[in-house]
Amino acid sequence: MSDLSTADFQPLEIGRESEVISRPSLSYWQDAWIRLKANRRALVSLYIVIGLLAFTLVGPMLWTVDPARQDLDQVSQPPGTDRIATVVAPYEPWFGDENLPGQGLRLAEEATTQVVRLQWDVLPGANGHRVYRNLFPVGPELAYGIPLAEILNNDTLYFEDRLDLKPGNYFYSVVALGPRGEILDEYETLEVDIERVTTVAEAIDRNLVSADADIQDGDQIALEWHPLGTDYLGRDMLARLMAGARVSLFIGIGAPFLFVLFGVFYGSVAGFMGGRADQFMMRTADFVVALPFLLFMIVFKIAFGIGPGESGVFPMLVAMVVLLWPATARLVRGQILQIREQGYIDASRLLGAKTPYLVFRHMIPNTLGVVLVTLTFAIPSAIFTEAFLSFIGMGVAPPTPSWGSMSNEGIKTMLTTPHELIFPAIFISLTVLAFNLLGDGLRDALDARMRNQE
Amino acid sequence: MWMYILKRLLQGVLTVWFIATATFFAMHNVPGDPLSNERAMTEITRANLEAKYGLDQPLFTQYRIFLVNLLQGDFGISFVQENREVNDIIREHFPVSAILGVLAVIFAATGGVLLGALTALYRNRLPDYIIMFLVILGISVPSFVVAALSQLTLVTLNTAVGRTLIPVAGWGTIMHMLVPALVLGLSTMAYLTRLMRSSMLEVTSSDYVRTAKSKGAPPTRIFTHHQLRNAVLPVVTVLGPAIAAITTGGFVVELVFAIPGLGRYFVEAVQQLDYTVIMGTTVFYGAFLVFMVILVDVVYGFIDPRVRLEK
Repeated sequence: MSDLSTADFQPLEIGRESEVISRPSLSYWQDAWIRLKANRRALVSLYIVIGLLAFTLVGPMLWTVDPARQDLDQVSQPPGTDRIATVVAPYEPWFGDENLPGQGLRLAEEATTQVVRLQWDVLPGANGHRVYRNLFPVGPELAYGIPLAEILNNDTLYFEDRLDLKPGNYFYSVVALGPRGEILDEYETLEVDIERVTTVAEAIDRNLVSADADIQDGDQIALEWHPLGTDYLGRDMLARLMAGARVSLFIGIGAPFLFVLFGVFYGSVAGFMGGRADQFMMRTADFVVALPFLLFMIVFKIAFGIGPGESGVFPMLVAMVVLLWPATARLVRGQILQIREQGYIDASRLLGAKTPYLVFRHMIPNTLGVVLVTLTFAIPSAIFTEAFLSFIGMGVAPPTPSWGSMSNEGIKTMLTTPHELIFPAIFISLTVLAFNLLGDGLRDALDARMRNQE
Repeated sequence: MWMYILKRLLQGVLTVWFIATATFFAMHNVPGDPLSNERAMTEITRANLEAKYGLDQPLFTQYRIFLVNLLQGDFGISFVQENREVNDIIREHFPVSAILGVLAVIFAATGGVLLGALTALYRNRLPDYIIMFLVILGISVPSFVVAALSQLTLVTLNTAVGRTLIPVAGWGTIMHMLVPALVLGLSTMAYLTRLMRSSMLEVTSSDYVRTAKSKGAPPTRIFTHHQLRNAVLPVVTVLGPAIAAITTGGFVVELVFAIPGLGRYFVEAVQQLDYTVIMGTTVFYGAFLVFMVILVDVVYGFIDPRVRLEK
């Protein structure tokens, strides 16, 4: 207070400058954008959403691998592992080796993806043997794995495994059989490390080397590169994730867009007409809301059974639109009822505005903020719905990939090749997370009244 | 109040009738017919089977029989499991789903209310950030992924211990129920935590809390008697949808954890196109969900006098 002087109390010179509003006027949307930019979480989410869209739309142009092509050399291949195959001679039958050194269950030669040759000695008390293969050690529960062969005499003490071999570790067990073929407690087990091999003919057949290339047995050749590995049919995960993104995001964004659009139309008509028509329209909406959503999605899917060659994307889209519009309709109707009573509507009407002008110029634009927030929150739940339905086998039909159906396939091999489940799961989670956070941000930015409400 | 309950019940009955009708005609809209999946059969066999299931009747007669049977609580017999009544299937498998669902709801409600209150209490401090981060994760990760990951964790745990500490799948003891119920309730719990948090924050700045503070009530009493009680009300309203979410979520959890509940049975029936089972369970589930929502609304009317006055 003390540093005020009389000079401060002189009247200002009369001029225009003191009256000028120095801040530029901001439209509603400019203001909202500024507030959204200040919200770091929402901004990061926006970048993630843009990234996902780029992944879906631009990705397939950069990574042009066909998502349906099977790479049979690399089935269920985790990402980032070596992809070298050693060239070996073509397979030839083998009938055991009497002079094979060693005792007990042993390998006759190095185990490869072409063949694993086992030989063993007669187990105590055995009248025959059964050969098993497992991905895990036998353990105290005596889990031997899948039975490969049953030999009901003690003459044949060798076995060749050529069944669907993949590089990695296998546990082979030979179990003694009693006189009637029953399993005895006696067994031997062997851990085998399998090397990936290929033959010259195979390599040429699968375009790994050109037909006139000079390759010898023992050479190493590089296999196709799969940055995110392959699935259980040897299909490229990255390409499938991109193709799946197209389906998941098409449903996830397309369906909410359509039902929100319909909801806006329905709600504004009801709100504007009022009276009996409004009553009737809202009772109808109440009725649709009361229907159990996922049950109806399933019934819908059965009713419009998917024929061969169809993906089932379209029925799912239609079902979502038919069942999910009422929430938006209710919301928009409430907004319209509020806006209808506002002063600027009366003013506009006094100036001679007709009803369509009022609706399209004043009412709908004023509900857009709320509608945009609804849309943003509808997207993650639509993506969840698609994933849920595809997961229980009620969504898109194979071979069309979607993140949900990929998870469904991945969960079956979760213990051995978790990447087949984890990648689609990460994409679903990331997308849902990004849209949820973006929705929070938009809600805060667009409508202060809705802040902190759930 | 009684008029309101009556009105809601009538609406509920109408909805269930619509569900039944829609399901019936949806099943009859399926390309081919229920018997076409079966092995090749002679004309006579086919005619006998059609007569057994009433498929030789005109569509509307079938519909009438379906409705009359439904009113008497008879859902018919399964197509796939011969001579097994749909009622038996529901009676046998629904209790399993119900136990799992009730456990999940209890877990979700108590967890959601406690965590929500905790975050509001520690607003903008470390516990708040940690819990809200987990909540966002709980909302964003699909339940089948959580289920799969928890199974993976259990396998690792059991292998590390060397014996089956907690079973990875199946049903029977309380140990079987624990993890599936947690997984099933997780997303609902996350959602309730968020709701409870904002509700608590709203109550904290209310007049009656200020009054209670100014008259010198101890903080714990304010917390339990003034804040918690009032903040819990909005949570009750969403219990209806939450029960619906947990019921349908059970389809996935039962599938992943190999639990013999009705949800898994329903999914299997859908995959095998077992028409009568699909119709029966859909109507059953539909009625269950519709009346659960009504029940929650009515209970809410009793708890919160303000709602009663508005009606």
